[in-house]
Amino acid sequence: MASESVMPIKATRRSSGLGDKVFALICQAAGILVLILLGALIIELFIAGLPAFRAFGIAFVTSTEWDPVQELFGAGVSIYGTIVTAVLAIVLAVPLAFGVAFFLTELAPPWMRRPVGTAVELLAAVPSIIYGMWGFFVIAPAFAQNVQPWIIDNIGEWPVIGFLFQGAPFGTGLFTAAFILAIMVLPFIAATMRDVFEQVPPVFKESAYGLGATTWEVMKGVVIPYTRVSVVGGIMLGLGRALGETMAVTFVIGNANRISTSLFGPGNTIASLVALEFGESEIGSLKLSSLLALGFILFLLSFVVLATSRYLLRSRLKA
Amino acid sequence: MQSKSRGAFLEAKDRLIGAVWQSNRSIPVNRRSLLLGASAALTLPAFGAQAQGAQITGAGASFPNPIYQKWAEAVRNAAGIQLNYQSVGSGAGINQIRNRTVDFGATDAPLNAQQLTEGNLLQFPTVMGSLVAIVNIPGVGDDQLRLTGPILADIYLGKITRWNDPAIVAINPGLPLPSLAIAPAYRADGSGTTFVWVSYLASASPEWKEKVGVGTSVRFPAGTGARGNEGVAGTVRNVRGAIGYVENAYAITNKLVSTQLLNKAGNFVKPDHKAFMAAASAADWSVPGFAANVIDQAGTDSWPIVAPTFILLPTNPTDAARSASVRRFFDWCFANGSQLATDLEYIPLPESVHNAVRASWRQSFGS
Repeated sequence: MASESVMPIKATRRSSGLGDKVFALICQAAGILVLILLGALIIELFIAGLPAFRAFGIAFVTSTEWDPVQELFGAGVSIYGTIVTAVLAIVLAVPLAFGVAFFLTELAPPWMRRPVGTAVELLAAVPSIIYGMWGFFVIAPAFAQNVQPWIIDNIGEWPVIGFLFQGAPFGTGLFTAAFILAIMVLPFIAATMRDVFEQVPPVFKESAYGLGATTWEVMKGVVIPYTRVSVVGGIMLGLGRALGETMAVTFVIGNANRISTSLFGPGNTIASLVALEFGESEIGSLKLSSLLALGFILFLLSFVVLATSRYLLRSRLKA
Repeated sequence: MQSKSRGAFLEAKDRLIGAVWQSNRSIPVNRRSLLLGASAALTLPAFGAQAQGAQITGAGASFPNPIYQKWAEAVRNAAGIQLNYQSVGSGAGINQIRNRTVDFGATDAPLNAQQLTEGNLLQFPTVMGSLVAIVNIPGVGDDQLRLTGPILADIYLGKITRWNDPAIVAINPGLPLPSLAIAPAYRADGSGTTFVWVSYLASASPEWKEKVGVGTSVRFPAGTGARGNEGVAGTVRNVRGAIGYVENAYAITNKLVSTQLLNKAGNFVKPDHKAFMAAASAADWSVPGFAANVIDQAGTDSWPIVAPTFILLPTNPTDAARSASVRRFFDWCFANGSQLATDLEYIPLPESVHNAVRASWRQSFGS
């Protein structure tokens, strides 16, 4: 009886030695595969975009032409739109995210922290098409009918910054896109901020409180200086998300291949331009090549931003 | 005794190597049921297809998608041909048929004779559609506003910017037109609808032809883009003073406010079936690839913006039987599908065009 039950153990042990090796190899292969995929993607995009880079040279990046009829393509408008909407989204999202994180770590009663924290994180789980539809059917009409006419009439006449708020109140445009993006990146920034705020050693905060500091003074004098680099890393993470967002932006940005100085004017981002034009680009055409070149540029942009974010967050990621 | 030793054995295992073992133990059962499930899933559709008869695939234009789906349903019941049509856009349809990944491609913008020869493709029209201009002007009802091609071109060029522009007021006596900014909306995604619309603008305005040109997506000098018919319609609905263009079928089902247009004969016509049929019968189809110019046709009642949509069929098919099925499919549609097309606000082709298409099949395939 005993020998019967021992035998299978031995047999499986032996094969498990082999199994371990195979398992380790498979895991290794999976890890390397990701690296190869990433490299292959970026090389593939570059090669496919090469005809466009050849045809237009370095001017492809700065040219604001996008004329499929004349076959003149440039990335300028969509790079401009991508950066403006992403940066504006961050400008809108950061104060809100800071408020959420400050509230959750310092002010909220313990029973509220869980539900509010979860709700913020769940914002990240809403599919982007939902944000797009919400933006198009709810936010854009509200902006077009109520918000924008008022701003255009009142602030549009101001000197110096007035030009930012002029034009027809379409409801869609750079500002609406940035607004939707801000809500989409909010959970990433808020969650990062909350986590790093919580990592401040209690003894630091208690010392400050012991010296008679108020909650705000502790936040300003202890928590923020201690977590500054990680907070910037979290913001960069949000920026990376905002740069590549496609579906929601496509719905509300107005999709015009012109640079408009007004924030209410229509524009385009790299991701939405590629999404819109891909279906009507023939294989081997200069247009398809230009779209892939745009993809390459977006890849580089996101890569740099996310790499910076990882670098700044490295201490937190190790912990 | 056996279960006890087995329990101890499990415990030891867990302690030694962890949970991986445990899941390992249950894998044989799972794997078998998985495989069974997968093989069932793979074989079932195949059996289904054999029972249904021939199967064909197509991809391309989204504009005729509703009628192709309707026809597919009818032909499946009537002739046992099952069509799987993917509405992916004309450009993608052309790509797919060039790569021969589908049995036929579908496009709104016709290929020219040289492109057809290079791709070994036969091109024929199936049905026609019409475009209407839609507007959102307070106090202006359906089919009240009168517009002309040159005015529309100037609006989309950004040259006419207010609804009470003298050019618009002059042809709309008695209609209260406010001093409201015009907000032109266009299709942001490349589309056959845009192709037809800008073809019309280019035929009406030399300036449009020179500055912007014709294509499935162009550089619009003014206005805002939106995705799909629903995007353009939504923008027009949201923005006071907006103007857009959509397929007539879409405008009717969504009760949008359309306009009258001036036709070549000098009459203002409303977008109705009579005007569409008049335009369809006036076109000259005797050009290679049936790429007839049907924009702004002569005829007192003709609606100026109608356009056919095309099928691309390989003349050197990889599978002759499937190619024959495609032709049988459209043969049935030509013979019996006109009423279905009319129901969905499409314009059936004249009988003479059906016969000409059948003749082109006989010429290319011998049957």
